[in-house]
Amino acid sequence: MSGDRVFTMSDQAVGTKARFDPGLVRHDFPALEQEVNGHALVYLDNAATSQKPRAVLDAIRAYYEHDNANVHRGIHELSRRATVAYEEAREKVAGWIGASDSSEVVWTRGTTDAINLVATAWGLDNVGEGDEILLSVLEHHSNIVPWQILAARTGARLRYIEIDDQGRLVLDDLSDLVSDRTRLVAISHVSNALGTINPLDEIIAAARTVGAVVLVDGAQGAVHTSVDVGSLGADFYAFSGHKMCGPTGIGALWGRRELLDSMSPYQGGGEMIHIVDRDASSWAQLPHKFEAGTPNIVGAIGLGAAVDYLSTIGMDAIEAHERDLLAYALERVGAVAGIRIFGPDSLDERSAVVSFTLGDAHPHDISTILDAEGVAVRAGHHCAQLVMKHFAVSATARASFYLYNTRDDVDRLVDGLDRVRGIFG
Amino acid sequence: MESPQLSSLYQQLILEHYRNPRNKAELDGKSVEIHMANPVCGDEIRLQLRIEGDEIAEAKFVGQGCSISQAAVSMMTTLLQGRKLDEAEALAGRFTEMMHGDEEAAKDRSLGDLRALQGVSKFPVRIKCALLGFDALQEALKKSAGEARH
Repeated sequence: MSGDRVFTMSDQAVGTKARFDPGLVRHDFPALEQEVNGHALVYLDNAATSQKPRAVLDAIRAYYEHDNANVHRGIHELSRRATVAYEEAREKVAGWIGASDSSEVVWTRGTTDAINLVATAWGLDNVGEGDEILLSVLEHHSNIVPWQILAARTGARLRYIEIDDQGRLVLDDLSDLVSDRTRLVAISHVSNALGTINPLDEIIAAARTVGAVVLVDGAQGAVHTSVDVGSLGADFYAFSGHKMCGPTGIGALWGRRELLDSMSPYQGGGEMIHIVDRDASSWAQLPHKFEAGTPNIVGAIGLGAAVDYLSTIGMDAIEAHERDLLAYALERVGAVAGIRIFGPDSLDERSAVVSFTLGDAHPHDISTILDAEGVAVRAGHHCAQLVMKHFAVSATARASFYLYNTRDDVDRLVDGLDRVRGIFG
Repeated sequence: MESPQLSSLYQQLILEHYRNPRNKAELDGKSVEIHMANPVCGDEIRLQLRIEGDEIAEAKFVGQGCSISQAAVSMMTTLLQGRKLDEAEALAGRFTEMMHGDEEAAKDRSLGDLRALQGVSKFPVRIKCALLGFDALQEALKKSAGEARH
């Protein structure tokens, strides 16, 4: 499985795009400038959450020091400033995913919240007994469990696209998996557990033929690749801020206006209403209809600052860097004796994630030993137990890379893996 | 160079129990079984006891997980064979004290091979791994006592 494994990459793009120096970029991230267990920190748990650049931390601090007020409520100067900054952030995030109309961008707590919003506000009114929801075995629990809850409430049935031995979706029987009973297809853009980049075009096209709504879980997508919801053809795109240099607790749901307009509210409260009477109320315009209560104002502003930061470096340059790093990581990690790497062979189908096991060392033990060397990786089922079951493992270790990681980080990871072999030998 | 904490964590005895777990099998004639899992990391065991009167006649387990969780439950079962129920309870208490850094508990010979796990107390995120087996034991003793009353 390991030593003879060949990872391939098309010559497309590499070396032709603008570059930046990750060694310089990492100085923008204060958390990276520390020692852990006596070693300079190597942070390779980016698929869980990214570190935050100073520009984001500064924006958060500046907001609380100068502009802190509630939004869309006050007439006073601070409220005006807070509202402007908050809505400007929405414009930035809309631009980041190619949404031409920022009122189609609803703030959420993150991807999970966004998916639950759709499962509740769209699902309960549009899915009935005998209807089908199509998912894939690759999904994160946050794109499975909300649909299980909806199915249990409505009598709908869940179906799954299977994966092959490289962790790629098996689409040969896609035309059998979608039918006129299919109400919704919910699919990840990029797998968090394996890094597989899914062929969204093919899946969306199949969903279109039966009139099913498509939700894309973009938690790992909008982070690592350019997204253009305008041309994608999906109906909903959900993503989180904290994986792309923004704060935790903020994310967004993009949805087609006609769908969002037709949907019931998600939660009731202030901000989301138009007129409130004793027995009933009317709803605010989009996107506020889905934003009950005082929102995560500073989170939105922080995410806006993250979008500015990433835009300055350029998504093309970040993608090219991650691809280069991934090729190097697969080569070096793949050469460690006893290693088993999960996920696609082709780098064209893989994001900057290396999920692996090493001999009979359990991934928790791998992670503890790497941590003692200052190297942070994730160990466990990555909230993707269906993927683990497919490969008949209980857990994997996962190194995931971002713009501030370097080849030196990969070397430190490999040194740490040698230490694991020394102990578990 | 190996960090001293790391070498105290991964002692040979622990790795030996991990690779050659004792009493790892389904138990015929079990009187109580407890499934205990750590959903965060996926460690899990099913602890099975055959209780006769006031003693554990036999203890076996089935499970999967990290070296610490699996070695700890293997070591624990070797100490449980033929043990009085109140002694087993005391063992669980003593082991928990050792995990919380009690140096005296760590010297207690009654803990047998389990003393090799003392180093885990220096790794707070791994303590729950070591305690998985004893958590199951305490549940099993509680369940068994509850059934005895009926």
